[in-house]
Amino acid sequence: MTDTKTRKYQVIGTRPIRHDGVDKVTGRARYGADIHLPGTLYGKVLRSPHAHARIRSIDTSKAEALPGVKAVATAKDQPALADKIADLGEAVMNLRDLATNVLAVGKVLYHGHAVAAVAATSLEIAEEAIALIEVDYEVLPPVLSVEAAMQPDAPLLHPTLTTRSLGQQSETPSNIASHSQIKKGDVDAGFSQSAVIVEREFKTSPVHQGYIEPHTVTAQWSEDGSLTLWLSTQGAFSVRDQIAELLKIPVSQIRVVPLEIGGGFGGKIQVYLEPVAAVLAKKAGRPVKMTMTRAEVFMGTGPTSGSTIRLKMGASQDGRLMAAQAYLAYEAGAYPGSPVGAGSMCMLAPYNIENVQIDAYDVVVNKPKAAAYRAPGATNAAFASESVIDEICERLEMDPLEFRLKNGAKEGDRRADGPVFPRIGYLETLEAAKAHPHYSAPLTRSDDSDGRKYGRGVASGFWMNYGGQSTAYASVNSDGTINLVEGSTDIGGTRASSAMQCAETLGLASEDVKPVVADTGSIGYTEVTGGSRTTFATGWACFEAAQDVKRQMTERAARLLKISPDDLDLAGGVFTSKKDSEKSIGFKEVAARLGETGGPVVGRATVQPKGVGVAFATHVVDVAVDPETGKTDILRYTAVQDVGRAIHPSYVEGQMQGGVAQGVGWALNEEYYYDDGGRLLNASFLDYRMPTCLDLPMIDTVIVEVPNPGHPFGVRGVGEVPIVPPPAAIANAIYHAIGTRMNVLPMSPREVLEATGQLD
Amino acid sequence: MASVHIPSLLQDLTGGADEVTAPGATVGELIEALEERFPGLRDRLCDGRRLRPAVAVWVDGEPSREGLLQALTDHSDVHFLPAISGG
Repeated sequence: MTDTKTRKYQVIGTRPIRHDGVDKVTGRARYGADIHLPGTLYGKVLRSPHAHARIRSIDTSKAEALPGVKAVATAKDQPALADKIADLGEAVMNLRDLATNVLAVGKVLYHGHAVAAVAATSLEIAEEAIALIEVDYEVLPPVLSVEAAMQPDAPLLHPTLTTRSLGQQSETPSNIASHSQIKKGDVDAGFSQSAVIVEREFKTSPVHQGYIEPHTVTAQWSEDGSLTLWLSTQGAFSVRDQIAELLKIPVSQIRVVPLEIGGGFGGKIQVYLEPVAAVLAKKAGRPVKMTMTRAEVFMGTGPTSGSTIRLKMGASQDGRLMAAQAYLAYEAGAYPGSPVGAGSMCMLAPYNIENVQIDAYDVVVNKPKAAAYRAPGATNAAFASESVIDEICERLEMDPLEFRLKNGAKEGDRRADGPVFPRIGYLETLEAAKAHPHYSAPLTRSDDSDGRKYGRGVASGFWMNYGGQSTAYASVNSDGTINLVEGSTDIGGTRASSAMQCAETLGLASEDVKPVVADTGSIGYTEVTGGSRTTFATGWACFEAAQDVKRQMTERAARLLKISPDDLDLAGGVFTSKKDSEKSIGFKEVAARLGETGGPVVGRATVQPKGVGVAFATHVVDVAVDPETGKTDILRYTAVQDVGRAIHPSYVEGQMQGGVAQGVGWALNEEYYYDDGGRLLNASFLDYRMPTCLDLPMIDTVIVEVPNPGHPFGVRGVGEVPIVPPPAAIANAIYHAIGTRMNVLPMSPREVLEATGQLD
Repeated sequence: MASVHIPSLLQDLTGGADEVTAPGATVGELIEALEERFPGLRDRLCDGRRLRPAVAVWVDGEPSREGLLQALTDHSDVHFLPAISGG
C-alpha cells in the first residue's frame, strides 16, 4: 500500500486511468477518417513513377471531362512562392521547397512525388481520373546515395543549390546543401596520446516513422473566405501557419481542428495533403477529404535520413577517451533539411572528450524529403559512436558500463558542441543498468543443440529535448472540477500528464480535471507535440494556469470566510485558515458559490520556458543469432532512462518501450529498398518489416528520477531518447554473439550473412 | 562581458580565436560588438535583422527562441550552433 501521507506528491507519480481512455477503447474517439461533411468530395493524388525527371507537360483535360470530377489541381493552382525560410514553431522550412514537395514544379525528385490531384464525387472516380492525367516526363538519372550525390559530376537535383557553411555559400552548384562543424581541442594531439584507436565506417538506410494512421485531412471553405481543416497532426498551429504561407491567406482565416492522432513520431508536422485539399475544395466549392494509402505514406511522406558515418576514436590505456573525429553525411531526401546537425550535436554528448572534430553534411538525393523522426539524427550517430566505444572497451578489456562511468558526462561538464550540462542523470542510468539483475544474469542459453549464438550488448543515448510555446486555460466548474483546455495534440498520454500537473497544483484528483485539446480558434498559440516538449512545456502551462486558479479561488474562499487571502492555505481540496483551523471551506463549495463571489473563475497561462532538461538512456540487450540464417532474436531488453520526474509512470514506461520497439525495427529489419532506378520496392507493411509483438520480448524499464531543476515538478522530456541506443546496443550484442562487427543498418539476416562471409 | 564561443567555421574571422569576450545586453548587441572587432562576422550569423535560420544561439547551456533579443548578463556563456528540430 502506498503511504500517501509521506509522499511528496499526491497525484504526480500515480497511475490513474487516462482521461481519453474510454472513448478510445470504445471506438468513440474521433479520428480524421471519422469526419463526414455533407457534400464531401474525395481527393486523390497522382504521384511520379520516376525518381528524377523533368516535367515537360501535364494534360488534365481527360480527367476534367470525366463525369463526377469536380476539380483538378496542379502546382499552377498554388501561389508562386519565394525562396524564403519560415519559422514554423520548432522547425524552420523553406517555403518554396515545402510548396514544390506538396505539388511538383518543373521536376519530380523522387518516386511518389505528388504531381497533380483530383477531387471527385467518389474515391473510385478520383482514382480513375488521376489515371487519365497525362504527364510527359524527361527521365533523368537518379542520385540515390550520399556518396553518389557528393561526386563533383553528380546529376544535380537543384541546379541553383549551393553549399551553405555558416553564412557562406559555395559558388558551384552541388547536392551538398550544407556543411557544419564542431571542433574542440586538438584531435591529432589526442590521437597521439591514445593507446587504442578504432576507426570504422557505418551506413544506415532511410526508415519510416511507421505511424499506424495514414495522413488524412478534410478541407472546407466558407462563403466568407475562411478555411477549416480537420486532420491528423502533431501541431495544429504549425499546420495553420504552413497553410497560410503556402496559400497566402491570413492565419485569422484558417481554423485547424486537430483530431485524435494514430501516431506521428515527427512525421506529422510538415504538410502534404493539407494544401492540396484546400486548393481542390476552393476550386470545387465543396469540402474535400483526402486520405493516403499506406503505399502513399511510404512513398510520399518523410522517412528519416539514411546516412554514412565515419568515426575514429582514441582512448588511453587506462580507459580515458582522448579524441574523436567524425564525418557524418545524411540523406536529406529531395530537399535540404536532414537532421545531421542534431546528429553531430548528440553523437558524443554522453562523454567528456577534450579533443573532438565532427564534420556534418546535409545532402540531397532522389528520395522523399526527410522528416523528423523521434530524436532526429541521434540514432544514426549513436549507432556509430556506441559501436566504436564497445570496440574500444573490448580492446582495453574494460567493462562497457565501467568505461562509460569513467568517461560519462555530469553536471558542469561541457558538451563537445559547447554548452555546459546542468544537473543531469547519465551516470545514474549507468549505475542503475549495472545494478540491474539483467546485467549480471548469465546469458540465456537453451542448449547448444539449436546452434544459435548468444550475446549481450549495451549502449547509451542522448537527446537534447525542447521547450517551446504552450498555452493553457483552466476554468472552474460549479461542481469543483476543472475544464482544462490546451493546444497540444495528445499522442502519448499528454492529456493525462497535463491534467495531473494541474490536479497536483490544486490538490484535486486527476479525474477532477477534464482535459480538452482545442483547435486553433479556441486556444492560444501552442507548438507541436514533438521534441519531447509536451509534458514539460504544456504541463508547465497547466501548472501555471492552475496557480492562477488557485490564486483566484483563494480570494473567493477568503471572501466567504471573511478573512484575508494571505491567511489561507489550500491542501487536500480544502482552504484552511493558517491562524484558526476551524475556519475552512472546501474547494468544491467555493466552486459552487462562484456566482455569489464575483462570477466565473478561469486561470490562464502562456509559457515559453527555459530549463529544458536533457535526456540520457542506457540500454542492455541479449540476443540470439542463428549463424545459418542470420536471423537475430531479441531475448531480453532492459531500458534505463533518466526521466526527471515521471508524472504518469505508465506512460513514461510506454514511451520507453515504444522507443525501444521502433529502435529494434530500425536495427534489424526496417529499410527503404530501392531499385537502381530509384523506385521504392517495399511500400507496404508486408515488405517493410516493422517488428510485431512476436519479435519483441517484454521490454523491462527502469525509471531513474534525477529531477530537472528547470521545471516546477522536475520533468524532463522522455519520448525521444529511448530510440537512440537500440541499434548500437543490438549491434554490440550481435558482435558478442558471433564475433563480427555489424556496421550497416538494418542488421537483417542478409546483412548478417554478408558480414560473416556466407553470401560470397 | 559575455563569453562567446566562436564556431570553428567562423574562426577565420577571429584570427583563430575560439573564445572571446564581448559586451552587450542582448545577443544582437553582442553580435554588433563582435562585428566591430571581427568584420564580416555579423553577416555570417545574421540574415538582415534575424539570426540565420540554420543558426541557433545557446545561452548558458540552453537554446534561445528569442534570437537577437535574448538578454545576456556579464557572465553569459554564448554558443552559436546548428538549429535543430525534434520528432
